[in-house]
Amino acid sequence: MAEATNRAGLTKKDYMGPPSTLCKGCGHDSITAGIVQACYEMNINPHEIVKTSGIGCSSKSPTYFLSLSHGFNGVHGRAPSYSTGIKLANQTLKILLVSGDGDSVNIGIGQYIHTLRRNADMLYIIENNGTYGLTKGQFSATADQGSPNHYGEINPFQPIDLPQMAVELGASFVARSFSGDRKQMITLIKAGLSHKGCAVLDIFSPCVTFMNHDTSPKSYAYVKEHDIPLQELGFVPSFEEITVDYKEGEAKEVTLHDGSRLILKKLAEDYDPTDRSAALAMLEKGIREKNVMTGLIYYKKDAPTLGDTLKLPETPLRDFNERDLRPSCEDFQEFLTELK
Amino acid sequence: MPKSVVNDFTTKIATANGTGSQSANNILFKTLVRMGIPTSAKNLFPSNIQGLPTWFHIRTSPQGYQSMRRKSEILVAVNPASFTSDHAAVESGNVVIYDSARISIPQEKKGVSYYPVPLSTIAKTNFDNPRIRTLLTNTVYVGVLAELFNLDTQIIEQVIRDTFKKKQKVVDVNIKAVTLGIDYAKENLKKTDSYTYNKSDQTPNKIVMEGNAATALGCIFGGCTVAAWYPITPASSLSESLETYGKRFRSDPKTKTSKIAVVQAEDELSAVGMAIGAGWAGSRAMTGTSGPGISLMSEFIGLAYYAEVPVVIFDVQRVGPSTGLPTRTQQGDIQLCASASHGDTQHILLLPATIKECFELSARAFDVADRMQTPVFVLTDLELGMNLWASDPFEYYDKPFDRGKVLGVEAMAKAKKFERYLDSDKDGIGYRTLPGTPHPLAAYFTRGTGHTEQATYSEEPDVYERNMKRLAKKFETTTQYTPKPLFTGDKNAKLGIISYGTTHHAIIEAQDLLRVGKKSAKCLRLLSYPFHDEVKQFIDSCDHVAVVEANRDAQMAGLLTQAYPGSDRKIKKVAFSDGFPMDPVRITDTILEVI
Repeated sequence: MAEATNRAGLTKKDYMGPPSTLCKGCGHDSITAGIVQACYEMNINPHEIVKTSGIGCSSKSPTYFLSLSHGFNGVHGRAPSYSTGIKLANQTLKILLVSGDGDSVNIGIGQYIHTLRRNADMLYIIENNGTYGLTKGQFSATADQGSPNHYGEINPFQPIDLPQMAVELGASFVARSFSGDRKQMITLIKAGLSHKGCAVLDIFSPCVTFMNHDTSPKSYAYVKEHDIPLQELGFVPSFEEITVDYKEGEAKEVTLHDGSRLILKKLAEDYDPTDRSAALAMLEKGIREKNVMTGLIYYKKDAPTLGDTLKLPETPLRDFNERDLRPSCEDFQEFLTELK
Repeated sequence: MPKSVVNDFTTKIATANGTGSQSANNILFKTLVRMGIPTSAKNLFPSNIQGLPTWFHIRTSPQGYQSMRRKSEILVAVNPASFTSDHAAVESGNVVIYDSARISIPQEKKGVSYYPVPLSTIAKTNFDNPRIRTLLTNTVYVGVLAELFNLDTQIIEQVIRDTFKKKQKVVDVNIKAVTLGIDYAKENLKKTDSYTYNKSDQTPNKIVMEGNAATALGCIFGGCTVAAWYPITPASSLSESLETYGKRFRSDPKTKTSKIAVVQAEDELSAVGMAIGAGWAGSRAMTGTSGPGISLMSEFIGLAYYAEVPVVIFDVQRVGPSTGLPTRTQQGDIQLCASASHGDTQHILLLPATIKECFELSARAFDVADRMQTPVFVLTDLELGMNLWASDPFEYYDKPFDRGKVLGVEAMAKAKKFERYLDSDKDGIGYRTLPGTPHPLAAYFTRGTGHTEQATYSEEPDVYERNMKRLAKKFETTTQYTPKPLFTGDKNAKLGIISYGTTHHAIIEAQDLLRVGKKSAKCLRLLSYPFHDEVKQFIDSCDHVAVVEANRDAQMAGLLTQAYPGSDRKIKKVAFSDGFPMDPVRITDTILEVI
């Protein structure tokens, strides 16, 4: 039997990459699988995506998916800058940035903040495990205060909460998920790819080697137990004319830039992801009660992207030639005359 | 009265920073240029917004010398704070014009012509607005200079009109301030000195521009479409000019869209990161900075070297190390830029000396970067970047873009496979594809880690070494695409002088000074690094080669002896730096000392 293909004429395998070299059971590999699944189901043309990353275990992972897409693995903590530059050069590309907590919240926090501030168009995934894997188990800035590392040392410092900071900075799309919740994660990856602007997706992705002990709030078991989804999520891609049945007041819909829709089915509490102060209060409550709040945290429609602000044309800047980019001889002479 | 001195002297204007003297000084400069007199200006300013002393040296020279003389003949003293030291430098035969409302002369020097003018009182009694008064105090001395030294008042008025264009009120008050200066001098001063500016025909049809603006114009012609930068003296006006020119030359009148993206980044790391990302994705991209910025960018520069990403980096050099003297000039980043980043790295340098070369080499830098797939540095300095220079008008730059080895979708359709770092042409340069190319073989993974010819991860010893050797070979290919050195002077001389960048201006004068001492020299001026074979031939043809540069450690001499180890016996270091533009007299003396 021939392998199934999607609307782009590609098999799921076409969205994969060479085998991962991360530890067995690493949460990052689940995210890799999620990205493959999401891109396959969204019928993405691989050449329209650019994978970018910094340095660290998470930043290695773009090698392991979308081998038909260009990738750029650069320097530690600075992926947002080259991602921004790539997008400036070619507005038709979709940027998929994969980073980690050390990469984005320690060394790269400046770029993280300013990328959100500019609303540079990209899906920005942080594979968050509170620890440095490649350098063997040091704390990152998202590690929980008072909890021990692999060697039993206690982290004395307060953690930085990525979504909280993103909401405060005015990010246009903020979500959190858990590598153990495949359905929610894939839905949020799809929504993030469909968003125009900077979509932050913080994914708790336990480090099975250095941060999975019983007392760690970043362990698989802890996150599994304390994961509180804000909504039951459904994704309706733009190419499907599906109406989703739900009773009035039971669900909200968010229409994304490319016409796809995110269905937010109400769970225990009614939560409005377009209310910034409600989002901050919810996150604060989660931190206080030591729970992991997941789902679509905040969404702002039609926020101008960096490309909008700079009034960039649809034609990629990189495609313009001498005639497009140089003033005419007459304009140049007029300019020189003014300098006399 | 002694014999008159025509057009061959220096006027030094001493003011306080932030009092608006720049516009008066620029009017003066442009007036002299339009009078046809070869004129150069050096603005010596402090790292300060308001209050600290600042000096503007205007040198006119029938020989066309543009370097900075350490001496001046005419002092315009507007700043009481610097007067004691300014006056200390005055010699017999000099002229002192001073704001007598705020400065008194404790003891007049013999043989000096003193002209007291109550500049600030004149401004105060004639203009109501306090800010305008301060500004126009400066314009009043333009009028005084006009009357005393024979400046063409019609030209002054026209320069004022051209400078302030449609702001009629500003034009009016400036012309009024000049007239007040002229009238005061007519009524109250009796000329006792021998200096005069006479109209000439030596500089017809000149344009006047700062180096940084010329560089920005070069970026427009070089096809730069992404520019990311972080504010730093003396480089900021480069990117700001580029933004201005972008609005003028790159904005679509119908759609209002812009064919250039200029982003002020949060720091230099981000600035160069954006430029590298854009360069990788196929834009012609730049960043503009000064030495401290290069230090911060170094990790990224190594990435662009190793992953082979085109990007143009402008370094408008200032005095280091550390924050150094941020508003003074130096050629102190030569070795930093030639090998920026850890590991074995080599970078291409382009070295303009004039605003015309700023324009042309900046445009050309984007071709070199695309062709060589690597960072290209354009090294200017504060002296070139932030001073006004008169120049012949630039020729329209019509060289077609050289986009280098890029495989588009048509080329990919014919290809059986794509190997990013394969040296198939034996010049060390591989073929690249751009993201967005709709072909299943086009994609590759760019990385700062060790990589194979196919761009996959590798830590294999032979793969690493082969790659590094190819990169060294690629670097040697550079000279096919970079500008060759320029030669002047006496072909048969056995004394050689090698210079680059702004040192050029001092060398022109130093050559004449050497001739006066019956010493002739032949000169080579570098326009780029790595060196062309002509440089080696030049050294071989000399007994001694003085390498003249504005830094302490003889950085270019170091690169030359590294490139030509056998020549270190001949190479004489003429390297010094005090933050001011190079002094031809000191250069000449040092050359005579070391040979």
